[in-house]
Amino acid sequence: MKRFQAVLARELRLALRHGGDTLAALLFFVVVVMLFPLALGPGPQLLGSIAPGIVWVCALLAALLPLDRLFGADFEDGSLDLLLLSGLPAFAVAGAKALAHWLVTGLPLLAAAAPLAVMLRMPPAGVPVLLAGLLPGTLLLSLLGATGAAVVLGARRGGVLLPLLVLPLAVPVLIFGAAAAEAAASGETARPELLLLAALLAAALPLCPIAAGAALRAAVE
Amino acid sequence: MLQTENVAAFRGERLVLRDITLRVPAGGALMLVGPNGSGKSTLLRLLAGLLRPAAGRVLWQNEDAAADPAAHGARLVYVGHQDAVKPGLTAAENLRFAAVAGGGDVAVGLAAVGLTALADLPARVLSAGQKRRLALARLAVSSALLWLLDEPTLGLDAAAVDRFGGLLAGHRARGGVVVAATHLPLPLADAAELRLG
Repeated sequence: MKRFQAVLARELRLALRHGGDTLAALLFFVVVVMLFPLALGPGPQLLGSIAPGIVWVCALLAALLPLDRLFGADFEDGSLDLLLLSGLPAFAVAGAKALAHWLVTGLPLLAAAAPLAVMLRMPPAGVPVLLAGLLPGTLLLSLLGATGAAVVLGARRGGVLLPLLVLPLAVPVLIFGAAAAEAAASGETARPELLLLAALLAAALPLCPIAAGAALRAAVE
Repeated sequence: MLQTENVAAFRGERLVLRDITLRVPAGGALMLVGPNGSGKSTLLRLLAGLLRPAAGRVLWQNEDAAADPAAHGARLVYVGHQDAVKPGLTAAENLRFAAVAGGGDVAVGLAAVGLTALADLPARVLSAGQKRRLALARLAVSSALLWLLDEPTLGLDAAAVDRFGGLLAGHRARGGVVVAATHLPLPLADAAELRLG
């Protein structure tokens, strides 16, 4: 446990030192969401009805941005060898990395989503459900993203391969997340969609770190 | 203590190691020598459990290293040919993770390689030799008995090599095992030599 915390502390300290990289995903999210009213016009009718979809797609793309460096930097400078030899099982190393990605990228996206949704004139009733969906949603994106990042590690042009690998896996997350916010905005219950997201998270929580850990072991060979 | 039995390994399509059988007793040291590409680094990664042998076994105190790679990792310190130093962190912060994993103290580690005065400087301003010393400081903060070193003295000045010799002697005196791949003479008294390639 103390080693798990040490990996996490190291990741967070690195994220703090490279503040620009850390903020880039959040700023990307904000800027891309703001492009929609500019492109589609500020009409509240249209924007309000597609706001949940916009926020979800943009959050998904923003979460992809830092994945390339999640293991890449450690792989290139030899730190990954040390992480895998620290006495921590490979799945725990991958889990700590995914958690760090969520804390550094997912959580700020979650915080920025509410004001952006309001800016897009999303009906206020839908905003809490949008956030309730994004909470497991961003966690899922971190887990799936870490798995994808571990799999493409060491591949030539891995950065191009990564979105092609992760985005299809994230499709169910996107469907249920956006559907939940949509349902709540139109006054219906969002319970089934939120429960399905929770079920996806329950499946990904053990499976993704194990898969990512195996991929990390294969990458250092 | 450390043993291999008929170990073989591929790098890509090429069989770089075959039928390597070695034994290093407690307090012993083994130098791996041979031309570039002869498999010295590959053998070190095999011993560390980072690479699985294509044939044969790596044994530590008669336990198969591949049975539990995480536990085997905790028994050793590996200093590869890369320093694994993060330029954005200070010297002390760079060492902190190794100190937690190895159960040692950062200040002791930095003192052992003579970097105490530079503890709070970002590692990006350290010279190549100082980064190497920072990598070697990981040895001093760990209580692990197996040290695997890939070109440990590359870029070190004479004083640093002397200090490193002291570290090695202390480690062997408490029953530790050293396996080092090198082209340079190392401060290792009566080390066995394995010629590859």
